Amino acid sequence: MSESTQILDKDNIRRAVLRIAHEILEKNKGTEGLCLLGIRTRGAVLAERINAAIKEIEGQTLPLGILDITLYRDDLTLISSQPVVKETLIDFDIAQKKVILVDDVLFTGRTIRAALDAVADLGRPSGIQLAVLVDRGHRELPIRADYVGKNIPTSLNQNVKVILKESDEQADKVIIVNRSEA
Amino acid sequence: MEWTRRDLIDLQDLSKEEIELVLETAKSFREVSTRDVKKVPALRGKTIVMLFFEPSTRTRISFELAAKRLSADTINIAASSSSLSKGESILDMAKNVEAMNIDMIVVRHKSSGVPKILAEGLKSSIVNAGDGCRSHPTQALLDMFTIKEKFGRIEGLNIAIVGDILHSRVARSNIWGLTTMGANVTLCGPSTLMPPGIERLGVTVSYNLDEVIPKMDVLMLLRLQKERQEDKFLPSIREYAKVFGVNREKLKKAKKDILIMHPGPTNRGVELSADIADSEYSVILDQVTNGVAIRMAILYLLSGKKGAE
Repeated sequence: MSESTQILDKDNIRRAVLRIAHEILEKNKGTEGLCLLGIRTRGAVLAERINAAIKEIEGQTLPLGILDITLYRDDLTLISSQPVVKETLIDFDIAQKKVILVDDVLFTGRTIRAALDAVADLGRPSGIQLAVLVDRGHRELPIRADYVGKNIPTSLNQNVKVILKESDEQADKVIIVNRSEA
Repeated sequence: MEWTRRDLIDLQDLSKEEIELVLETAKSFREVSTRDVKKVPALRGKTIVMLFFEPSTRTRISFELAAKRLSADTINIAASSSSLSKGESILDMAKNVEAMNIDMIVVRHKSSGVPKILAEGLKSSIVNAGDGCRSHPTQALLDMFTIKEKFGRIEGLNIAIVGDILHSRVARSNIWGLTTMGANVTLCGPSTLMPPGIERLGVTVSYNLDEVIPKMDVLMLLRLQKERQEDKFLPSIREYAKVFGVNREKLKKAKKDILIMHPGPTNRGVELSADIADSEYSVILDQVTNGVAIRMAILYLLSGKKGAE
């Protein structure tokens, strides 16, 4: 048995994305030198939405790339069969740019650690900032987000699921699923 | 689709879904080779041994680059300078190498079946880099990758494999792979170099290249293996070049977007004329580039921990 509770609905997500876009522009004083890197799969969707929001506010978009961090995971030797690798699609040079990494959920921080390594291999940006839709706590590494859609305190036997129209073909929502006790 | 294999011996064993997974994975790896820092840490700490008992430039360098770009450590063992020259069997030698805790062996041998023997006798992953006249799976995979890159599909394409079918492990692997993927495969070559009964693999056989060319989307030319012609299969190389060599004249009746492929090394003036090798139809160098990506994909997939094996 597993039960789920909805934390954010479609409108909450839309407002969170819009606020993150505003915060990015405020903190960096405009769009100068910024670029967005979405971490596959849902981070990429969110990065596109943030970019659309930035266009509404400032009238221009940022260069946007998609990062696949599979090859940089620190658990490749532990899991049973190799996870599917997808393409990294970045058609601009990130050197001397301020990179905004975008992901859906910040949890242990290991995905972001892998993403930082992946970015370092692609070039030397002048800075890296992190935007996430949900911060659920339980960090295992010294990593924090610069922009957070919502902080959700969770316990370790819960899963946070972000569902987005583009990637999941369902209406946007964020739910917490309680894993059944084994 | 989850990859569960430990070894890559033959394409005969692979399902359509498995081949698609390899091609899809290779697509991601192609990007790595275009970066300034051409390295990802996926196989950090793994050791891969290259056992090449036959001469090879392309395949050995390709595997070695693939391993290095995945951060694996590689060791090369050349047959002539190894303990085999003292009379040790291949399996014993490989077991001794394995005792030093290596993870994978890439093997090429002039006898068919050597990779299979190693796979049965060892715990390491075995990758076949060409065994005798039997199989060369990574070559066929990179050929299919190149075809898919140009046409967007493999299914339904008309593909001719031309030349010395009898001695060609590239041909056999491609027949298995391409028919699994749903291509229509035609074999074309001199009757002395056509294995009897090969139609049973689901291919069409022709002895007339001029009749074949107009229908084809892809011409896959095979190297005339001069080192394996000891039994006088051909009247002369010159005659072969005249009848089965591809040149501008023969391509006049071909489709406009026909692809000319060749696994290399090419004998210019024999399988194809020099101007065709460098022409707009030729994807010979794309094949070589894609080979690194395919081999990265294979090494990556095989290095996963296997289940109950």
